[in-house]
Amino acid sequence: MSLRDAFESGRFVVTSEVGPPKGTDVAEMLETAELLRGRVDALNVTDNQAAVMRLCTLAACVHLVNAGHEPVYQVTCRDRNRLAIQSDILGAASFGIANVLALTGDHVVVGDHPEAKAVFDLESVQLLEVIETLTKGTDFAGKELHGTPELYVGAVVTPDAVPVKPQLAKFEKKIEAGARYFQTQAVYDPESFKSFMELARHFDVKVLAGIVVLRSARMASFMNRNIPGITVPDALIAELEASEDPTRTGIEIAARFINDVRDVCDGVHIMAVGAEHLVPEVLEAAGLAQEVSA
Amino acid sequence: MIVVRQKPVEEICSMVARHRNVLLVGCNTCAAVALAGGEKEVDTLIELLKLTMRRKGETTEFSGCVLQRQCEPEFIEHLDDRVYDAILSLGCGAGVALLSESADKPVYPALDTLFIGASQGFASWRAECSACGKCVLGQTAGICPVTRCAKGILNGPCGGVNNGQCELGDRPCAWVEIYDRLETLERPEDFKEIIQPKDNSVKTTYNKLDLSGEGGAR
Repeated sequence: MSLRDAFESGRFVVTSEVGPPKGTDVAEMLETAELLRGRVDALNVTDNQAAVMRLCTLAACVHLVNAGHEPVYQVTCRDRNRLAIQSDILGAASFGIANVLALTGDHVVVGDHPEAKAVFDLESVQLLEVIETLTKGTDFAGKELHGTPELYVGAVVTPDAVPVKPQLAKFEKKIEAGARYFQTQAVYDPESFKSFMELARHFDVKVLAGIVVLRSARMASFMNRNIPGITVPDALIAELEASEDPTRTGIEIAARFINDVRDVCDGVHIMAVGAEHLVPEVLEAAGLAQEVSA
Repeated sequence: MIVVRQKPVEEICSMVARHRNVLLVGCNTCAAVALAGGEKEVDTLIELLKLTMRRKGETTEFSGCVLQRQCEPEFIEHLDDRVYDAILSLGCGAGVALLSESADKPVYPALDTLFIGASQGFASWRAECSACGKCVLGQTAGICPVTRCAKGILNGPCGGVNNGQCELGDRPCAWVEIYDRLETLERPEDFKEIIQPKDNSVKTTYNKLDLSGEGGAR
């Protein structure tokens, strides 16, 4: 079942992600995907995540399609101009990759090639418009396409950004520019997420709550200090600190959050950040371990 | 103004080391205001170069002068550089380029040209304009997102905004500032308008500007 169909079926959608390797060996990426087969509706494939150079997202998506998975092709604007981005999206669509997630992308200076030229010919809102144009049968210069891509287009939002008002105003721009669904930055406070969802529910878009499974109090504090837009409440950090099995506690925290927000959003996007093996456990703990048809 | 900064002395030395007699040429416009190309900076650099070269056992001679503006032919046509075998320009890139065109000897840059900026108080400047050729300041409350957003985003803050600061940690988030100023100006609806991707072709069109009627881009 496609991601769009999963959303439209009205059931609680679960997505996760895999990172392409640095190098040509895709075995581990495919093993990770295998671990999640039947448990998630789609797998995001990151695009030189954190500006660290890796095997290209499009090729990784093709590997996943060939193995029978439903990938979400993450497209950032950092490394390619509007010609390259459009041609890559057409290329992806020609392989049957329909889900595209439009991102601006992390700046090159935070990555492993900090001296590279950052492109940003487009950014997320404009990228959404460019994709919308492609789906209507022309390129961004107005030239007719020979074969029109059918795409299901998503975007991201950071509900806990500080300050939040400009972030929410941009969220609305992304909807206007063609985003059909959103996945959020990792969120931990159900009440704060619910108030974001009150706003989001004014629009005809699907929303996946972002989940990063905490594995220790240290990890939580690190994220609070170093990852903008993520706030792990002190109570959760204390809970992890007091735990004899922090990984188990992290899984329980994630499961609890999922159950708290289950009725207000359309699903969850679980970012495993190197601990994909925990995703099935989170789903089980949250009572979401149902088989999803691929 | 064009904001410039002097290159490391070692880098300057490696450029001029092969020459006998080098003329340092300051520029009394932007580079002087930027405390990098005025009379005082020319004199200081001469002393520094003499000291450094002597320590290396080199015998290169250095003299200096300051032009009012290196980027205009009328200011450089009277430059007497006959006895020198190289010029070291303390001007911006445009100054180095024009000097190189008229001189019959190598011209080296003593400065790096950084940005078009405005003063932030004594000896402090901030990049304000990227000379993109298609000004959007009317839509962004006078704060340039092309220049002041690290990613040049045209439609609002990215997810990296951190308590109003850019995730790179070296500046405030331009889009938070734009949003706040639009609110202060009671024009918050301006934020909602999607700014289209830049027409980068103007950067090609305006590789020159000739209003004389003798050809070139207008």
